[in-house]
Amino acid sequence: MDVFSDPLNRQAFLDGFAMILKLTAASALLSLLLGLLLAACRVSPVPVLRALGAGWVHLFRNTPLTLIITFCFFGLYSAMGVKFSDDIDINNYWLAVVGLSAYTAAFVCEAIRSGINTVPIGQAEAARALGLTFAQNLRLIILPQAVRSVVAPLGSILIALTKNATIAGVIGVAEASSQMKQLINDNGDAAVEIFAVFALAFVVLLVPVGYGFSALANRLVVRR
Amino acid sequence: MNASVLYDHPGPRARLRNRVLSVVVAALLLAGAYWIYRALDAKGQWDWKKWQPFFQEMPTPGGPPVNVWADYIVPGLVGTLSAAATAMVLALAFGLLFSVARLSEHAWVRVPAGMVVEFFRAVPLLLMIFFLVYGGYYVFGTAVPAFWAVVIGLTLYNGSVLAEAFRAGIRAVPGGQSEAAYSLGLVKSQVMRLILIPQAARSMLPVIVSQLVVVLKDTALGYIVAYSELMLEGSKIYANYNNPVPVFLVLAAIYILINGTLTLIAHLLERRANRRGVATAAVRPGTAGPAATGGA
Repeated sequence: MDVFSDPLNRQAFLDGFAMILKLTAASALLSLLLGLLLAACRVSPVPVLRALGAGWVHLFRNTPLTLIITFCFFGLYSAMGVKFSDDIDINNYWLAVVGLSAYTAAFVCEAIRSGINTVPIGQAEAARALGLTFAQNLRLIILPQAVRSVVAPLGSILIALTKNATIAGVIGVAEASSQMKQLINDNGDAAVEIFAVFALAFVVLLVPVGYGFSALANRLVVRR
Repeated sequence: MNASVLYDHPGPRARLRNRVLSVVVAALLLAGAYWIYRALDAKGQWDWKKWQPFFQEMPTPGGPPVNVWADYIVPGLVGTLSAAATAMVLALAFGLLFSVARLSEHAWVRVPAGMVVEFFRAVPLLLMIFFLVYGGYYVFGTAVPAFWAVVIGLTLYNGSVLAEAFRAGIRAVPGGQSEAAYSLGLVKSQVMRLILIPQAARSMLPVIVSQLVVVLKDTALGYIVAYSELMLEGSKIYANYNNPVPVFLVLAAIYILINGTLTLIAHLLERRANRRGVATAAVRPGTAGPAATGGA
């Protein structure tokens, strides 16, 4: 642990991970909200809304995240002048969050839609028989059960999002992978040690998240 | 559950309401599209100068004229496809090897194989690629070419994902199959090779094709380490003609066309397998596993 006995290097490591967590937290929240909305669109009685949801999923699921985030910088910001802050670091952070959220929302939407498919038809029929409208039916009966049944896939999406947050480095956000690259450039002979520390930090962070989500899924699943 | 049971079969009033809503939403979407069009227009993104390179050969002072399709996009596409194809072949081999290792009766094979798979699934691909590109020289005594950094990274990550999917696939083969094989006197390696893997492989076909989409998308990480793939070649175009928005739109269209076709093929294969009664749903990572969400 020679390299990391230098407090500056240790700080670089901690900063990189703090940035990953910040990117993940903001994008997770935004993509969950957007994904729920898109899933509601995809099952709605209005054909145009269904097409909107399907189009979004098709567009963002088939495009590389690297391209989406690069577009946020060169397209949205440089060419079209979309700006979140005068501070370039904060601005790039939010541009990356926009890209990560738009991309992840497509996967959240598909997960929730597959959850809606697990809810028995009788539930929706009973709700309709009670006179609930589509919006009430979705909000009170279907989505609460659907979300519980897709906790495990949502966990996988969160894990993927955390790893994908490293791609924010491509537009200059100082996250873990760019910090690692910098440290290796400065201390090449310790490359293996530096990689091991960064990689194990991800393992320590994400493997428990995976097990936690499967345990949660087992607890929350609606037994039928 | 079918989406249509969420709401009643529309009667005259509901039909009218849906129609009104359709028109309103369509109008809002069109207004949004028009707003985007105007915003792009205000920034001069529809200028012929920005789109011209895609339609005409561009003269260069003191050199041969440039055709962006032949000079950038096609070579970039070749770079993307060759990295994806190489990585996919290697990932399949890796996945097969490690899925069998994880099903081994010997703990000294099973446990390390499990650790390797868990490790490479948890570590971001970009971290591995950076390590190979920037640390490769210090570790192996020779620089790792960007192509191999991308391919090795993709292989380890997607190989691990495939290993888990294969393992589920092999386990999904009915137990009677291997019992029958053992009773005929086959040994374990024969049962695996002749009975289990061929049946698992057939049910895995949709997973393999949809994983190819993940591999193809992730080759775009090559852009970050200067491997000459579609994104990097595209960046050369907008560096020359200052037209990032048109270039990104064209590149995205190419990716969506290729990956959309692969997704469609995966769905068709799955439908065919389901019709024949081959269990794919249980092992399909599209519904639960990381493959559908994984990578970039």
